[in-house]
Amino acid sequence: MIRMTTDLSKDTKDTSAAPAADRSSRTTALLRLIAAGGLATVVSTFLAWTYTSEFPGDLTVYGYPAGLQVLTLVAGALVALYALAALGLKGLRGLAPAGAAKALRLLALGAFGTVWYTVLAIAVQLGGLVNLEPGGFVAAAASAVPLAAFLLPDDTRQAPRARELPSWAEILIIVAVFGIGMYAITYGIDTEDPELFIGYLITAGFAVGGLIRAGAIARLSALTAKHRQVTVVAAFAAAAAFPFTQNTDTYTLIAVNILIFATVALGLNIVVGLAGLLDLGYVAFLGVGAYTAALVSGSTASAFDVRFPFWASVLTGAVVSLIFGVVIGAPTLRLRGDYLAIVTLGFGEIFRIAMGNLDGVSGPRVTNGPNGIPNIPDLEFFGYDFGESHTVLGIELGSYANYYLLMLLAMVLVVVVFSRAGSSRIGRAWVAIREDETAATAMGINGFRVKLIAFALGATLAGLAGTVQAHVQHTVVPEMYQFAGPVPPNSAFLLAAVILGGMGTVSGPLLGATLLYMIPAKLQFLQDYQLLGFGIALILLMRFRPEGLIANRRAQLEYHESDQSDAPDKGLSGSGVGVGVTKAGA
Amino acid sequence: MNTMTTTTTIGGTASAVPVLEATGVTMRFGGLVAVRSVDLTVGAGEIVGLIGPNGAGKTTFFNCLTGLYVPTEGRVSYRGGVLPPKPHLVTRAGVARTFQNIRLFPNMTVLENVLVGRHTRTKEGLWSALVRGPGFKRAEATSHERAMELLEFIGLAHKADHLSRNLPYGEQRKLEIARALASDPGLLLLDEPTAGMNPQETRAAEELIFAIRDQGIAILVIEHDMRFIFNLCDRVACLVQGEKLVEGTPEAVQGDERVVAAYLGTPFEGAPGAEEVAEVEAAEAHSATGTGGTTSPEGEAQ
Repeated sequence: MIRMTTDLSKDTKDTSAAPAADRSSRTTALLRLIAAGGLATVVSTFLAWTYTSEFPGDLTVYGYPAGLQVLTLVAGALVALYALAALGLKGLRGLAPAGAAKALRLLALGAFGTVWYTVLAIAVQLGGLVNLEPGGFVAAAASAVPLAAFLLPDDTRQAPRARELPSWAEILIIVAVFGIGMYAITYGIDTEDPELFIGYLITAGFAVGGLIRAGAIARLSALTAKHRQVTVVAAFAAAAAFPFTQNTDTYTLIAVNILIFATVALGLNIVVGLAGLLDLGYVAFLGVGAYTAALVSGSTASAFDVRFPFWASVLTGAVVSLIFGVVIGAPTLRLRGDYLAIVTLGFGEIFRIAMGNLDGVSGPRVTNGPNGIPNIPDLEFFGYDFGESHTVLGIELGSYANYYLLMLLAMVLVVVVFSRAGSSRIGRAWVAIREDETAATAMGINGFRVKLIAFALGATLAGLAGTVQAHVQHTVVPEMYQFAGPVPPNSAFLLAAVILGGMGTVSGPLLGATLLYMIPAKLQFLQDYQLLGFGIALILLMRFRPEGLIANRRAQLEYHESDQSDAPDKGLSGSGVGVGVTKAGA
Repeated sequence: MNTMTTTTTIGGTASAVPVLEATGVTMRFGGLVAVRSVDLTVGAGEIVGLIGPNGAGKTTFFNCLTGLYVPTEGRVSYRGGVLPPKPHLVTRAGVARTFQNIRLFPNMTVLENVLVGRHTRTKEGLWSALVRGPGFKRAEATSHERAMELLEFIGLAHKADHLSRNLPYGEQRKLEIARALASDPGLLLLDEPTAGMNPQETRAAEELIFAIRDQGIAILVIEHDMRFIFNLCDRVACLVQGEKLVEGTPEAVQGDERVVAAYLGTPFEGAPGAEEVAEVEAAEAHSATGTGGTTSPEGEAQ
C-alpha cells in the first residue's frame, strides 16, 4: 500500500513537472529574446536615424545618442534590465519584487512607442520613409522584439519582505532616486521641441507604469516612509538644485510658475481633499493675495503710495485673503454640496469682474480696471534684490531662480501645514465632516466652524502664493484669475490638478500641477485643442483611475475593493469627493 | 437587575438625580404630530428601553433628545441643565448616540473613527496642530491611548488600522458604540443596536451594553427585538403613534394589553372560530395557485 501511494505521487509529480519545465524553458527563451531586443534597441541609438538635421534633436550622428535617441536608450535599457531581473540575475532581483512580466509589457510598450513615434514623426515631418537611415529601421525592428513580453506568463506575486539593508545603503538609495527623479523632471522642463516632449511623455509614462507594476515604487515608498527626515531633505535638496542646472531663465520661469500652480493646488487640496468642500472659485483667493501685494508694492500704478517690505506684504496678502475667506465662507458654508460649488463659482467670477470695474469709471479707482497693475517692482529682502542675478557657489543664478527658491520655501510651508493639519484633531474632523456630516456633528464636531477653518486656511495659503506671484509676473490683471482658461492657474485647472493627481495627498496635486502646466506650455501647437484634450483626459482618468494618479491608501481601498459585499452603501462615496486624508508627508 | 423600578407608575424615577429628563416633548412637522407630549426620565445607572411599532416616533424622539431636531414644545434636560438644541453641544454636554442605519466614517480607519469621538474631550485647534508643541503631543497620545482602550473593550483592537467600511456588519455596530463612548458620555442613546444581528451577536451586544452600564453610564435604547429588550432593560416605555402608552418594568409592559394591541392589532370579537381559519386557509391556497408557480411576485413587479 505504502509503496503504491508513493509511486502514485511520484507519477503525478513527474507528469506535472514535465510541462512546468517546458513552460519555464519557454519563458527563459522569451526573456532572453526580450533582453536581446532591449540591448539591440540601446545599440541602435548609437546609429544615425535620419539624413538631415532638420528633424529636431539632430539624430544624424553615429557614435552617440541625441534627443529622442536618449529617451530610447533609457527605455531600451530598462527593458533589458527587467528582462535580466526576471531571468534571476543576481543583484537585479530587487528591481521587480512584485513580478516582472506585467512590468516588462509596459516597458516594452514604452520602448516600442518611443521608437515608433520617433520614426513616424521623422517620416511624416520630413516627408516619407526615405528620410530614415538604416539605424532608424534597426531601432524600429529591435524595439518591436521586446513586445514578446505579452507572451510571457503572468508572474505577479505578493512582494516578499524586503531584505534588510544597512540604513546608510537605504539612505543612499533614497538620495540616488531623488537625484534621478529630479534629473528626469529637469530633462522634461528643459526639452526644447514638442517632438522631444511627446517622446519624453511616452517614455516616462510607460517607465513609471512599469516600475509601479514591478512593485519597485511600493518598495521605494516603504523606504521613504522609514526615513521620513532623509526623504524630506532629499526632496527639498533635489528641488532646490534645479536653478543651478539652468543656464538661462527661460525654463526657470516655467519652474516658478509650476511651483506657484502646485502650491495653490495643494492649498485647494485642504479644502477639497480633506474637508470635501467643492470650491470652484479658489483662484480668486490667489488673486486677492496678488492684488493686495501689488497695491502695497509701491508700483506707480497702485492706488496706494506705499511700499511695504516683503514680509509685511506677504502678511498683508495672507491676512486679506483670510478675511475674504471668512467673509465668503461664513454665509456659504451653511450650504452643502452642489450649492456651495455654485456659490463659490459665483464668487470667483465676482472677484474678477469687480477687479475690472474698480477703474475709476464704473467704481472707485483702485485696481486700474482691465489694465491691471503693471510695473510691480522686484522683491527686495535685506538688500538682496530678487530682480538681479547673483552668483552662488560660482554658478550664476538669474532673477527667476531667486523667485524659484522663494516659492519653494512657500511650498514647503504649505506642505508642512497640509500634512500637520491633516493628521491632527482638526484634520480628522475635516475628514469626518466630509464622510458624514450628520454623524460628525453627533460626535460633537461643530461642522460650520470646522469647515470655516478649512476654507479660511485654504484662502490664506492661496493668498500667500498670490503675493509672490504678483512679483514674479510683475503685473496683475483681472483676466489672470478666471474660472477656466488656457493658462493655469485658473479654478478649473486647480481643481483638475487636485483630482488628476489624487485628492488628499501631498504629492498628487504636485504631480497634477506639474503635468497640467508643462503639457500646455510645451505643446504649443495644441493650443486650440487643449481644453478638448484636457476634458478627454479627465474622463479617461475617472473611468480607469478614479482615485487619481497618486492614490492615498484609503482611496485605493475605496475604489478598488469590490469584494466587500456587506460594506455599507457605496452611495456615500458617490459624491466624487470621497477620498481620504493623507498621513504620509510625501 | 435593578429592582427599585418595579412600580408601574408613569414617569417613576429610579434615583434622586435623573440623568435625562424629558418633559412634554412634542414634535410637529407641519400638521403631522410625530411625538406628542412625551415624558421620560432615565436615572443614573439605568437601562431604559423604548419600544413601539414602526413609525411610532421613536427615532424622532431620539433626534429631539440629541438636538438634531428642535422639539416644538417641551424640555429636555441632562443632569439638571437644559440641553442646547445643537447636536454637537448635546454631545459636549455628555449625551452620545448611535444611529439606526450605521453612520460610521466609512473611509477612515477604525482607530480614527474612535478618535473622532474624542473630539469634544480634546481642544487642540489648528494652531497647536501646526506648531506641534508638547501639549499637542500629550493630548494626541492620551486620545490614542483612550481610543485603543475602547477598541480593546469592544474587541476590535486588532483591527485598528482597517478601514471601517470593510468591517463586518456586527463589528460596525460595535465600533459605532465605541465611537460614541469615546466622548465620555453620561448617557448613551442606542438606536436599534441589534438590528440585523443574529442571535449570538445579539447576545454579545447584550453583554456589551451591561458592561457599559457597569461603567456608570445610563443607557436609553430603542429596539424591536422584544427578548433582547426585556432581558436588558430596567424599565421599558412603549411609544405608539407619538404618544407614550405605558411605562414600567419589562414584565408589566409585556403583559399590558394595550401594547399587545398596538403591535398585533385588537382581536376580533371573540376568538376566531374553526370556520374562519378554514376560510383563510382556503383563500391562501387559492391565491397561491392563482399567481402560478413560475412567476414570483418580484418577477411580476419587474
